[in-house]
Amino acid sequence: MAESATYKVIGTRPIRHDGVDKVTGRAIYGADVQMAGLLHGKVLRSPHAHARIRSIDVSRALALPGVKAVVTSADLPPAEDRTIQLGEGGVNLKYLSHNILAGDKVLYKGHPIAAVAATSPHLAEEALALIQVEYEVLPPVLDVREAMQDDAPLLHDNLKTTSLGQDTDKQSNIATHTQFKVGDVEKGFAKADIVIEREFTTATVHQGYIEPHNATAMWNPDGQLTIWESTQGAFTVQRQLAPVLGIPVAQIRVIPAEIGGGFGGKINLYLEPIAAVLSKKTGHPVKVLMNRAEVFESTGPTPGSYIRVKMGATKDGRLIAAQAYMAYEAGGYPGSPIGAGMMCIFTPYDIPNVLIDGFDVVVNKPKTAPYRAPGATNAAFAAETVVDELGEKLGLDPLQFRLRNAAKEGMRRPDGPTHPRIGYLETVQAALNSDHYRTPLEGPNVGRGVASGYWFNVGLQSSVSINVNADGSVTLVEGSTDIGGTRASIAMQAAEVLGLKAEEVRPIVADTAGVGYNDVTGGSRTTFASGYAAIEAAHDVLRQMTERAARIWKIEPQDVSFGDGVFRNAKEPDQRLTFKDVAAQLGRTGGPLTGRATVAPRGVGGAFATHIVDLQVDPETGKVTILRYTAVQDVGKAIHPSYVEGQMQGGAVQGIGWALNEEYFYTDKGVMANASFLDYRMPTSLDLPMIDTILVEVPNPGHPFGVRGVGEVPIVPPVAAIANAIYRAVGVRMCHSPMSPGLVMTEILAKG
Amino acid sequence: MAVVWIPSLLQSLTSGEEKVSVRGATVGEIIDNLEARFPGVKDRLVNGTEIRPHIAVAIDGDVSPEGLEQDVQESSEIHFIPALSGGLADVPRSVLVSPAARQS
Amino acid sequence: MPTKVHVQMRLNGEEVDFLCEPRQSVLEVLRDVLGLTGSKEGCNNGNCGACSVILDGVLVNSCCVLGVETSGREVTTIEGIASPDGLHPLQQKFLEHAALQCGICTPGFIVAAKALLDKNPHPTEHQVRYWLAGNLCRCTGYDKIIRAVLDAAQTTEAKA
Repeated sequence: MAESATYKVIGTRPIRHDGVDKVTGRAIYGADVQMAGLLHGKVLRSPHAHARIRSIDVSRALALPGVKAVVTSADLPPAEDRTIQLGEGGVNLKYLSHNILAGDKVLYKGHPIAAVAATSPHLAEEALALIQVEYEVLPPVLDVREAMQDDAPLLHDNLKTTSLGQDTDKQSNIATHTQFKVGDVEKGFAKADIVIEREFTTATVHQGYIEPHNATAMWNPDGQLTIWESTQGAFTVQRQLAPVLGIPVAQIRVIPAEIGGGFGGKINLYLEPIAAVLSKKTGHPVKVLMNRAEVFESTGPTPGSYIRVKMGATKDGRLIAAQAYMAYEAGGYPGSPIGAGMMCIFTPYDIPNVLIDGFDVVVNKPKTAPYRAPGATNAAFAAETVVDELGEKLGLDPLQFRLRNAAKEGMRRPDGPTHPRIGYLETVQAALNSDHYRTPLEGPNVGRGVASGYWFNVGLQSSVSINVNADGSVTLVEGSTDIGGTRASIAMQAAEVLGLKAEEVRPIVADTAGVGYNDVTGGSRTTFASGYAAIEAAHDVLRQMTERAARIWKIEPQDVSFGDGVFRNAKEPDQRLTFKDVAAQLGRTGGPLTGRATVAPRGVGGAFATHIVDLQVDPETGKVTILRYTAVQDVGKAIHPSYVEGQMQGGAVQGIGWALNEEYFYTDKGVMANASFLDYRMPTSLDLPMIDTILVEVPNPGHPFGVRGVGEVPIVPPVAAIANAIYRAVGVRMCHSPMSPGLVMTEILAKG
Repeated sequence: MAVVWIPSLLQSLTSGEEKVSVRGATVGEIIDNLEARFPGVKDRLVNGTEIRPHIAVAIDGDVSPEGLEQDVQESSEIHFIPALSGGLADVPRSVLVSPAARQS
Repeated sequence: MPTKVHVQMRLNGEEVDFLCEPRQSVLEVLRDVLGLTGSKEGCNNGNCGACSVILDGVLVNSCCVLGVETSGREVTTIEGIASPDGLHPLQQKFLEHAALQCGICTPGFIVAAKALLDKNPHPTEHQVRYWLAGNLCRCTGYDKIIRAVLDAAQTTEAKA
């Protein structure tokens, strides 16, 4: 793979293939699905954060005219207390099933208990009010440190702390303890000239996708179940549904609609099993939609956390030791992204002595789900703030300090493996050289902050097939739901190989019956892995097209070469056939032509970002105004630069919201007091300037075009960058996120 | 021989050794050979015939979905790192059978 | 069975009539009664703008207007923005600027931006940001949306 290759399609900015449908309102998202005989489902959810269910009486609901069925967890097979392997992680089947419809306990306000199918959504809601549930209310645990105390109320009767495969036999809210160790931090801190230790807390934050969850199910009398929904992974849904419903995968077909945002939150099962059993009971298709409050209270936000970071450096500006204690709230069931947070917290740096202890802790809040680089933003908030303070005390420019300590290819990560070819140093250099950084910032109460971040990205599995049409265009069948423009980035990679224009490749996203297995659209994997599959499938097409050209010329395939969209006869140089010429003759040379590939590519490249933010603090209200923002990132090779920029801008703005305003306000009864877009305050267009992007391209040697995942890392630095900027603006170091106006004021006033 | 990096929480079983050279053509063989030298290690890593759910195996930095069956090269490095739950989901063949068949 | 009301109104330039319950919002009428699913529900309480429509020339959240209130009035939805001749400049510029990622907020933004350009054909960046502050986008960070709207305003056809 040439580092300075010239591409015809890669790096250009074609109109995305599904664009016209999306700007005209024609695209069908999950809630838009319509069909004859459709019933509407609604879910009854716990008003209590922690309670035992004593009884459920659905008789009055069933008696309401228009109500066709009511379901509870009794309508799902008994959920076994065992782990199903989910590839890179495991899930306890009982937890999964009980999060969908509660068993004998409810563990968060909003925990689903029962569901109703009726002839209209309004009737279904009326029916919910007629379901009578008797609760024994229990004290809720709402803070991670409180949950870890020996005398904390326990959420689960049989949860014991696991420490790398060893059950400690102690009943607890602490589900797991994990550790990474490099060298000896005690010795390291002893050698340090300066040591800084700080504690940080972060509040629960939601992915905030604008489209609520949806699922429509039809359970046919022959046992075939079809699901239509907005999801990040049709196959992942299929394979979670099978054990939860107790039916074989072969009976389940998941048809993904367009999806209105996911960011990791639309992977786990929520409504699908409910819609399915309602359909089974009624014999009708059933559509279940969440409203916005349900999305906040009953899906999967990202953990609130407590993180303590201690870092030491020598006076020549070299980091010598770093230690972190990280406790993440998993919500009602275990499984926070504590491992991922641990894998990212110090990874941008070359530090000889590291000790990281991480804890996964259950609390009476909704079960967390991944949110864009899950766990890493919390971690970077802590570490990058301490790095900033260390650099400042050493008298070094914060970017120069990072240059001096940057991780490079071949250096070891705290979790063990070595870095492959990475572009962290290049992002710091690009930030230093940027117009933003070179422009002086003047004015009262203004400050400039920088921070870096890391995300490892994943590869996982993808399948693609390509059918050649008689006019020389191709149809590309893939299985990655298109959240941010991946139809285009996948099609463009195939087009590059085939010598076609981007618009001559027609990508379609198929359902579980129409394409081979594909893992989720997530993990910054889609352009990398599904693109890889498209490239391989395109090569398979070329192999077969080469054979057809050989047949046309009556020569051997090895005497046919292909380049620039043209097949050439090596023996007769002026004999040439274009891709279209060969395509037009498929019928006469062997019949239809389909290329295919299934991949599980290795060589995933990690991603680094360095962000710069200028802001102004109003000293009378604590309000922070973002003046200027630049996101610098190593993007490997930008297949479609507009959509790479889009990922950087979108992630940065989610990070800005996380930093300044977004949080779950809990009452002391464990009820979210701000479950609406009015009071869960996400950034609007008025809150922001333009978000400048600098794309640094350090190609990933593990991909034919150098692609590196770009989607997640942009959300990692912003919270820390903003904290560092606030310090430079008004001299206070913020240790809690969000840094909302009230909190900033408190710190300003305390400083005096 | 492949080099296995021992997670810090298991180093009490390996007398503090943080990396160990071990023979084996697959991850499963390597773990068995590790167990022969350091009894108790296998149970921490493996449950029945699967790597424990919270653990992922990385060969030369790449996480492998093949678990115990993953081939290992002569000069490979093996790390046991946290598995990432939720969101990165694939269900291996062992679960893709009907409930009735699973009981047998 | 709840009593339904017969409503007649003008929708995207055509006379239409329908039956709806008094409690159904314009958003529900559009999506569930008339089959026009381009307007989206994001919050159902007027905070995200995904359901934006234009009612007698005024930009409104259709989740906050009752279906029966449209009687005798004129409604424009996303489905009425393009013409038989092609896409509206706003739609074209959204595509060129990659101003959409998941696309769920896009219909609301295009309707809202059209309402802006109908009133103010040459808005400043600040005026665009202010006007569109009632439309939430979680994917793009707004940068490319603002650029697309400003670019569409440059196009003379935007006046039509």
